Amino acid sequence: MAILQQATIDAIKQNESALLASWIENLGDGGSLNDSRISREDVSRQAREFLSLLVTASANGDAADLTRSEWLDSRQFLEALSRSRAMQGFDSQHTAHFIFSLKRPLFDLLQKAYAADPRALSSELWMISELLDTLGMHTIRSFQKSREEVILRQQEELLELSTPVVKLWEGVLALPMIGTLDSQRTQVVMESLLQRIVETGSEIAIIDITGVPTVDTLVAQHLLKTVTAIRLMGADCIISGIRPQIAQTIVHLGLDLGGIVTKANLADALALALKRSGLTVTKAAG
Amino acid sequence: MDRIPILRMGEFLLVTIQVDMHDQLALTLQDDLSTKINEISAKGVLIDISALDIVDSFIGRMISMISGLSRILDAETVVVGMQPAVAITLVELGLTLSGVSTALDVERGMKLLRERVRSL
Repeated sequence: MAILQQATIDAIKQNESALLASWIENLGDGGSLNDSRISREDVSRQAREFLSLLVTASANGDAADLTRSEWLDSRQFLEALSRSRAMQGFDSQHTAHFIFSLKRPLFDLLQKAYAADPRALSSELWMISELLDTLGMHTIRSFQKSREEVILRQQEELLELSTPVVKLWEGVLALPMIGTLDSQRTQVVMESLLQRIVETGSEIAIIDITGVPTVDTLVAQHLLKTVTAIRLMGADCIISGIRPQIAQTIVHLGLDLGGIVTKANLADALALALKRSGLTVTKAAG
Repeated sequence: MDRIPILRMGEFLLVTIQVDMHDQLALTLQDDLSTKINEISAKGVLIDISALDIVDSFIGRMISMISGLSRILDAETVVVGMQPAVAITLVELGLTLSGVSTALDVERGMKLLRERVRSL
């Protein structure tokens, strides 16, 4: 059990405005106030709010155990703060600086308050230091969690964005693939393409790999799987957009694309698809 | 239901799988189909699996065996209407059904069968 002494809390309460002022000054030294992403008023408001939460919580809570309910408000405040900092694009150091810059003003204050009693001073300093460190760690942890959420969401969005299935002609679907093919992406691509084949009743699907930077054995295997699945459904598959370097790699790796129809570019693939559907393209007279 | 009905359409046989296949059902179908092909000397078999949404390796192998035995009995086989999930499962299981003809739906499957039989 580590409750701050009443004298400490009284000292903080009495000097709250002075403490706040020097904290904000400290924040300014760390560069937190000269930033276009967040206004001085916002930082001051957050500092004031957090200081009052801190005073209330430490008056009746155990300073060594932040998981207790007395600290709930402080924790939630810090989580919200970290989340908004993460959204605004601040880094973790900047976010943690918000808490750590409170240390010096608090230490100065305690030094004045306990000038007569060095033993009490050291124990109170230690407790305050522990408390602020824990709060700082909590801030960083929530900051990281929010950042991870952002990254995860972007990954999902990227996955959705990068696999459009387009209809080129009646009965001809095309899938322009962009970026590296891994197992997860291939799965998504395969599913959406097969689903579209069922929906549209298309007999020919063209997979264009112009935007795929490298083809290794794994990518080739994924392609083969997709082609086989398409054939099982009763449609045909053409792979187009094989660049010369990629063709060389495929041959060097000794990959067997035997059963697959391949074309150099999308135009050739479309021409073949039209021919198979019994269509011809002619120039209009005149 | 203990057997899957086999319908006759001229010189073709039509098998529509409307229920979840279990192993015994597949074996019975294999028996029934081979008997029926022999009986009417069918020229083609069309298997519609559009209602089938769960497969395992056994059912996958049965499909390929049914197609193999029909070919020996001189009947072309076309499997139609495979669901995307089924196709992905079969590929992941390593069953590529290389000897089996496929088509998107019954209409296209019948067209394919007629062309095959005419070209013989």
